[in-house]
Amino acid sequence: MAATTSAAPVPGPSPTHRARRRRERVLAALLLVPALIVFGAFVFWPLIHNFYLGFFRNPPFPGLPKHYVGFDQYRDVLTSSDFLDSVRTTVVFALLTVPIGIGAGLGLGVLAHQQLRGIGIYRMIFSSTVATSVAVAAVIFGTLMNPQVGLLPWLGLTTNPTILQNPEWALVAVAVTTVWQTLGLTFILMASGLQSVPDDLLEAARVDGAGTWSRFWHVTLPMMSPTIFFAVVVGSIFAFQSFGQIDLLTQGGPLKKTNVLTYFIYNTLQRQSDPGKAAVLAVALFFLTLLLALAQIRLLERRVSYER
Amino acid sequence: MGRVALDHVSKQFDGVTAVDDLSIDIADEEFLVVLGPSGCGKSTALRMIAGLEDPTAGTITIGDRVVNDVEAKDRDVAMVFQSYALYPHMTVHRNIEFPLRSRKVPVDERNQLVRDVAESLGLAEYLDRKPAQLSGGQRQRVALARAIVRRPQAFLMDEPLSNLDTKLRAQTRAELVELQRRLAATVIYVTHDQVEAMTMGNRIAVLDRGVLQQIGAPHDVYARPANLFVARFIGSPPMNTVTGTVERIEGALVAEIPGGHIPLEAALADAVTTRGLDAVVIGVRPENLRFDSVAGIPAHVTVVESLGHERHVICRLVDQQLVVVRQGAHELAPAEGSSTFLVAAPDALHVFDPTTGERVGI
Repeated sequence: MAATTSAAPVPGPSPTHRARRRRERVLAALLLVPALIVFGAFVFWPLIHNFYLGFFRNPPFPGLPKHYVGFDQYRDVLTSSDFLDSVRTTVVFALLTVPIGIGAGLGLGVLAHQQLRGIGIYRMIFSSTVATSVAVAAVIFGTLMNPQVGLLPWLGLTTNPTILQNPEWALVAVAVTTVWQTLGLTFILMASGLQSVPDDLLEAARVDGAGTWSRFWHVTLPMMSPTIFFAVVVGSIFAFQSFGQIDLLTQGGPLKKTNVLTYFIYNTLQRQSDPGKAAVLAVALFFLTLLLALAQIRLLERRVSYER
Repeated sequence: MGRVALDHVSKQFDGVTAVDDLSIDIADEEFLVVLGPSGCGKSTALRMIAGLEDPTAGTITIGDRVVNDVEAKDRDVAMVFQSYALYPHMTVHRNIEFPLRSRKVPVDERNQLVRDVAESLGLAEYLDRKPAQLSGGQRQRVALARAIVRRPQAFLMDEPLSNLDTKLRAQTRAELVELQRRLAATVIYVTHDQVEAMTMGNRIAVLDRGVLQQIGAPHDVYARPANLFVARFIGSPPMNTVTGTVERIEGALVAEIPGGHIPLEAALADAVTTRGLDAVVIGVRPENLRFDSVAGIPAHVTVVESLGHERHVICRLVDQQLVVVRQGAHELAPAEGSSTFLVAAPDALHVFDPTTGERVGI
């Protein structure tokens, strides 16, 4: 092709075209306003204000004025042994609940993923805890573990002191309650994930000579990886924010062995009436949760196969 | 490779019979095409051979063992699915390798076999790709490679070409036949496409509503359909069929059809008399009809379709029934809207019993 020196002038957007683009931008901004107001009022402003509250140290006795201490309070609280113990407890709690919960949900999902008569009844039973509130779960397990009337003593499984007052076992007991209570949701998630594994892939694997375990390991599990990944991230966030079962079963005790971050925040604010310290803890929880989710996405998502 | 036999096999789903008393013996190295419309039970039959469904009755033999109680994974057959059913999270290499891994073939041997098969199917450069990164034709070849890599007793193919475009399908059809000859493989190939059936198989088994209608060499099935279903199902355009009453004119038996009568030859007439039929269905393939300007069955030409190499002339008989005549491109086409007569050679007639649909006579 011959090079031409007289290039045609590039036509710029016409005035009417520009006017239309401006109108569209105004419309877009207008449409975003309601969402921005709601998020601003209920999410962004509290977040920023909470951060700001952390700069004020509250007096030991109510009635005296609080005073500005800048980052001093952040430093003091975040390096305190109470805080570090609470973080450790929270992490252990998440490690106890998330993998076991997902494993159990997946197991039940596989069991219920069969063409059997009356399987619908089992599916209903397995998913029933989704309709059970934390309070109900806590009451049920509190009763089961009650030293006088509970199931555990009746089975001869007793500890001294009793399980919910036992520093070694209290966190495990709360974790078991949590796993049970979230099992319905995990089961539904895993069951729907299993539904999305194409039958012909499993059939192809059967004809290809793969046994039950091999089919599960090489076909079902990889095809479920997006679901499992989602469950890990969301489940961890939930675990970091567990509160109700701890408040109802152990109140953070015994010896602060179940003092997870949310309960620590609540206790600091309500019992110790220290909003400044509570604000620092809340900021810490926010960033810990954020970091955890980001780390999981960075580390785990590489192993997730979204291809269909 | 091995023989596969179905012996009085039936399959019922919740009271619905999908396959009804099916007996077929597939010889070693045979290419059998199972043909039928959707829902005729052909896929169910194939899945029973694969071990993905259990027969309600009858026995299935692969090689020389009865496999009714053998699990799919131990049957030593390979299957190519309509959807290809490639493992989406595995590379092409891992997909092809999977049946070998399942059978614990040592890794060196495995790699060698995968490379050989990939080479022979032109997949060598795609071994590191995932199925999503391949075209439809390449995926189809990966599915084939996964099937042939372990040299099974038999290949089961469930409409493997139906997701390919027309051009690729014709090419792959030929390649599949070539592959079957080269491997001396026993192939059971399920399709609803009669072109595939006619061109690929040593024999065709035609199924309808779970019942075997006819089994035989493609040409035999085409030339001597056992009943009306087979007659109408195989051939494109399909066989023309007209119902006529049996009459006796001057001592000779004829079929009285709209606009005229068709004389029945002696052998046919005997068969019709023996059966005591007072009506018959006369069938003529479109290529066996020709036009005549003076005598025959009167017809009105409505549409002339030209396909380039041939022509389909669609006519109406006096009672408005449609009849299709197939002509070579070099023949003289009648004008649309003109009136003419249709003639068929006596040996090109197929006669069927209108109540049972069965073929009458030889």
